[in-house]
This record gives sequence, C-alpha cells and structure tokens, in this order.
Amino acid sequence: MTMVTARPRVAIVVFPGTWSERDFAHVASEVLGWEHRLVWHLEADLGACDAVVLPGGFAHGDHLRTGAIARFSPIMAAVTAFAAAGGPVIGSCNGFQILTEAGMLPGALMRNDHLEFRCDWQWLRVERPESAPAWLGELADGELIRLPVSHGEGRYVADPATLDELEASGRVVLRYADATGALAAEANPNGSERSIAGIVNAAGNVLGLMPHPERAAEAEVGGTDGLRIFRSLERWLQHRPASAERRL
Amino acid sequence: MRWLVEVHVALRQGISDPEGQTIGSALRSLGYGSVGNVRTGKLIRVPFEAEDSATAEAVVAEMCQRLLANPVMETASWDLRADEQQGAEEAVPS
Repeated sequence: MTMVTARPRVAIVVFPGTWSERDFAHVASEVLGWEHRLVWHLEADLGACDAVVLPGGFAHGDHLRTGAIARFSPIMAAVTAFAAAGGPVIGSCNGFQILTEAGMLPGALMRNDHLEFRCDWQWLRVERPESAPAWLGELADGELIRLPVSHGEGRYVADPATLDELEASGRVVLRYADATGALAAEANPNGSERSIAGIVNAAGNVLGLMPHPERAAEAEVGGTDGLRIFRSLERWLQHRPASAERRL
Repeated sequence: MRWLVEVHVALRQGISDPEGQTIGSALRSLGYGSVGNVRTGKLIRVPFEAEDSATAEAVVAEMCQRLLANPVMETASWDLRADEQQGAEEAVPS
C-alpha cells in the first residue's frame, strides 16, 4: 500500500502571459495549506505532484488562437502524460482553452458573441458531478454555485455530434445559469453552445472550465464556492483508488 | 528553393462570426444596404524553403493541420508560389 501524502502537492503551470498562477498559489498555500510549485512552461518535468493546474491568462499573448502556441510548450508533454496516467488536471479560463487546443478536451473556445470582455460573478449549474470525481466530488447534481468569469473568448463551440455525445455521456458538468438555475440566454455570458461552461474528459480526470474557482476561495473576495472544487480534490486524493495513485 | 504561401483561415460554415456580423451592420449603416453575410478570417503569409512544389504543398498542408487552423472551427486554403524575390517580402517596410 502506498502512503497517501497528507498535504496535496499541486503543479501550477506558468506560460508567458499566464496571469492567474499567483491566485492559485495563494489559495493552495494560504487557504488550503497545500504544497505547490510554479512550473515554467519550458520545463520538461512537473516534479512530484498530485494534481496539475493550467491557470488563466493569455499564454503566448493568445496569438493565432487562444492556447494554440501554449499547446506546443515543452511542459505540455508532461501534462499530457500525467493526464493519460489518470492524474487530475484542471484548466481554468485560458487553461481550458489550452486543453482544447491540445486535444485533451473536445471543442474550442471562441470570441464572446457580444465581442466584449466579460468580468463578473456568474451562476453555474452543476451537472453529473460524478463524471469528474476528482474535481466535483463534493458537489451535487443540479446545485447552483457562483464563480467569477473573466474572459473575452469563452464561447464554447463543437459540432452537434460532439455536443450530443458530451451530454449523453454526462461530460457537460457546468452550465451558465441564472440565479434560479434556468439556462436563459441572458444568463449565458459569452454565447456558448448549450450554455456549456465546463466539460470533463472521458476518463473523468481532466476538467476544463471558463470560470475561475481560485477567485472564489475566501469569503473576503465574495464567495467560497470555488474552494469546494479544491476540497473535492483533497478528499478524492485521500480516497483515490490504488490504480489512480501518482505514477510519475 | 524559396516559397511564399498565403494561408487563408476561414471560419467553418455554421460557426457564428460575431465580428463579421458587426462589420456587416457597420457597412449597412454607412449606406451599403446590399451588404450580406460578412465573414472574417485570417491571412497568414509564410516564406519558407522546400525542394519542389509537391514538397512545398505537403509542408503547407502540414503547417495548417498542426498549427495554423483549428479544424474544430476553421478551414484553411492557400496560394503557394515560388518566392523569386527571396526575402524581399521581409524587407518591405510595414
């Protein structure tokens, strides 16, 4: 039996232009008491870690397409290998864009339909949290959470067959909603297809979401719903099946 | 030999183009009432070297597939020609 580390260790990947890594690091060390390491994109090794974070920002200036250049950064080979071995990976905002460009999640994120940058608190409806046990294990199907969004290119698109498949397999795990949980067009901050705010890969360990859970981890900043995502990981790491233990 | 390719990246049919729509309504508001469905895209000009035209075509196709266009929402087409001025493109002031 392998000893489970008491303090989760998270690798936070930093590309040129990433801007949310300090917020994640703050939450990891100051709020959660986790160990963390900022990993520069030119590194080839994530080091010993239990989870990987791809934070928000504008990796490589978002040139060509969001995430298009970051996908080829040397560290991405290690991130892909970590994910393929079942390791939990979360990509928020620009991190979600990178995950789609890297082919680790389906679809793409495009310019908001109203062409404006949107920075605001956003209600989200949680769906099928069991599809992403490492990240949403502490959340309930159908419940509403509130997280900040902050993006200009968050419109999730995929072809209808892919969207149908994501929904049928329970891989749409977060949708933009209003305060009542309804998926009204006015509650969709970017024009995403089917109000999709977050999806998970088929194996359930790679989560991509446009909102910023790291900006909702302390009551002082307006909410703590984001913290529940990290608490889910903590709990999952304590109880993870042997097959999912870190192998790097 | 040197080649110059102009890659045109366009949004796939069915992918909405809010920027194109905005440009269209701006043109119509300027009095160009007949303006229809405006679509935006990108023009990427790439000078490079390849042995012959078949190789050059294959290299461009690979560049598009690997980086220049995202097949989820974009298509790529291109005009490839021998770059007889060899580097003159880079010397042109912007």
